Amino acid sequence: MKTLYESDFIVIRDEIRCIRCKVCVRQCANEVHQYDEEDDRVIAENSRCVGCHRCVTLCPTKAITIIRNPLDFRENYQWTARAIKDIYKQAETGGILLTGMGNDKEYPIYWDRLLINASQVTNPSIDPLREPMELKTFIGRKPEKLEFDNYGRLITEIPPQLELEVPIMFSAMSFGSISINACESLARASVEVGTFWNTGEGGLHKKLYPYKERAIVQCASGRFGVDVEYLNAGSAIEIKIGQGAKPGIGGHLPGEKVGEEVSQTRMIPIGTDAISPAPHHDIYSIEDLRQLIYALKEAVNYKKPVGVKIAAVHNVSAIASGIARAGADYIAIDGFRGGTGAAPTRIRDNVGIPVELALASVDTRLREEGLRNQISLIVGGSIRNSADVIKAIALGADAVYIATSALVALGCHLCQNCHTGKCNWGIATQDPNLVKRLNPDIGAKRASNLLKAWSHEIKEMLGGMGINALESLRGNRLMLRGVGLNEKELEILGIKHAGEGI
Amino acid sequence: MEKDGRLKTISAKGLHYRQLNEEIRKVLEEGYQQIKIMDVNGQRYIGSGLTFSDRILEIYGTPGNDLGAFMNGLTIRVFGNAQDGTANTMNGGEIVIYGSTGDLVGYGMRGGRVFIRGSAGYRVGIHMKEYEDKIPVIVIGGNTGDFLGEYMAGGRIIVLNLESQGDATGYFCGTGMHGGIIYIRGTVPEHRLGKEVKLTDINEEDIAILKEHLIDFARYFGISLEYLISEKFYKLVPYNKRPYGRLYAY
Repeated sequence: MKTLYESDFIVIRDEIRCIRCKVCVRQCANEVHQYDEEDDRVIAENSRCVGCHRCVTLCPTKAITIIRNPLDFRENYQWTARAIKDIYKQAETGGILLTGMGNDKEYPIYWDRLLINASQVTNPSIDPLREPMELKTFIGRKPEKLEFDNYGRLITEIPPQLELEVPIMFSAMSFGSISINACESLARASVEVGTFWNTGEGGLHKKLYPYKERAIVQCASGRFGVDVEYLNAGSAIEIKIGQGAKPGIGGHLPGEKVGEEVSQTRMIPIGTDAISPAPHHDIYSIEDLRQLIYALKEAVNYKKPVGVKIAAVHNVSAIASGIARAGADYIAIDGFRGGTGAAPTRIRDNVGIPVELALASVDTRLREEGLRNQISLIVGGSIRNSADVIKAIALGADAVYIATSALVALGCHLCQNCHTGKCNWGIATQDPNLVKRLNPDIGAKRASNLLKAWSHEIKEMLGGMGINALESLRGNRLMLRGVGLNEKELEILGIKHAGEGI
Repeated sequence: MEKDGRLKTISAKGLHYRQLNEEIRKVLEEGYQQIKIMDVNGQRYIGSGLTFSDRILEIYGTPGNDLGAFMNGLTIRVFGNAQDGTANTMNGGEIVIYGSTGDLVGYGMRGGRVFIRGSAGYRVGIHMKEYEDKIPVIVIGGNTGDFLGEYMAGGRIIVLNLESQGDATGYFCGTGMHGGIIYIRGTVPEHRLGKEVKLTDINEEDIAILKEHLIDFARYFGISLEYLISEKFYKLVPYNKRPYGRLYAY
């Protein structure tokens, strides 16, 4: 069938600069660049280009640039080029549209409508370069009260906690969805910075066992790679109910991607589809969730916190309340901008709600019900920088999860083609020739640099507010003001509009 | 260990599951070979996450949900009925139930065997899997409810329907199944099957598999093997390993 889908990108090659070294030909897993020996020139098959810029970066003479295809359809507000091309693709394949990374549509980004306070004259600001600043964060269930014996020694048993030096963790990405070198980069960065990485639902690769003390291990509906050794390996266990990019649906790692190593880690035969059912079939209610939480606690003899990750959906605050009552040690909420290795495009772009609103509403609900002190709250799915982190903490989060930002630090260019397994940057691929392009020494350095840079910035902003411990910012919504938000949005966020005083 | 071979009896009367399971763990760590637990009345998670391959737990009464969840090696005998979630995500060991069980036996189970003399409820063997030498097995003496072997990716389920109180399985049997085998003594009407599975005759290899497990079933429950295999068996297998392989546009 002749395709009506014209290419998304055009490769422009400066013929004067091009030295025919063929680096671009070798670097592109999508086979965009081809060398024509007869004419001694490199030509591009534009239709295969995903816009990942691998060739642009690696070209030694900087001869290549890539532009969006300027070919226009007749102007139409309703029928954008994207809408038309999606229909062409489905008419030609009959398939569900797939994509990678997070929702890229023009929904409001509430982070950018929130402004942070600073001290002026009264309550003087603090200079973090000369004064101590506390970012330490504990994730886990907190006792109702503390009791001491006659000698002042603590006798209350403190439930297991995760101790974070920075309030930022790497969120779940399985080995399978990302490469072993990408996993190792984040695992090593976690060790260096003093935070945690998350195995995702694909099991724990043997090569990553040295970093298990800094791992959160996931237990998802497919139970891939889940056995007692795995549950005991990590520092916490996370029950994955949902993911922001695809709330309510299961996962599906196609058989082609289940090679020898993925097979070993997931403990399934080579070449079979790894199907994660949409629900856990042992969880149809909050009571059932409680049962799994305690089955896991029993399995690890109550030595690790057990958290529950859900996607931000309409009824998120009631669900979070249920999770807190079910005995979870933390709740992780993933917003609708959260990334994925593969999700149906329509679901990614249309299901779920912004995490900023979900977070505010969950924090409010848990406070109203007197549960907030018992349980930790982690949010993810759209955190791009340290200011987003500060705003999340002020809205009520204990810590944040980052994944897209972490992959961008490793070299991801957000081409949104993770699902093809042909990631030229060696991140979302299992092809050994592509995987080796990501050096875990460099990856670990880049990821830890990012966290260190953000913590400096967080300290600067805290100091500016006259706050010297992150704990004092937690849920401190007076430190936020909204701009351009309507009454309802301000009400849900629990903040005042810019210009309103205390 | 010096206490090997010794028998210890525990009473579960009035104990919360956490106390009971702590006690069981302690006694196993002390080296007792066989532990009798009397007066069990709904305590959950018995055997959860334990790895004691050569030991035996004998349960008198009715253990609660998630019996043997995440279990990695242990023999559990239940002289009574079990409730829901038996052998949830079990990785190794054996559970023998002299009565019936509730729903959700062997969810995501990867290894070990479960023998049930009576019947089992709904959602049995959902997403059972297998890996290398780990092939989980569930043998059910009676019949089962709906969704038997849904998403099944590996392992063996044998339904004997001995008392023959109607069909061997409920509806949606094997929906989304993409690996493993379900054996049924007698047959199942086509309308009870998921669209991903087909009902076929068994061969010599299947008979060997059946005998391997039915010998033990016969021994545990005092039923003759000849009787068990006197009726014709059929098997349910998936049409292919990739039921959803062509669903997406690339």
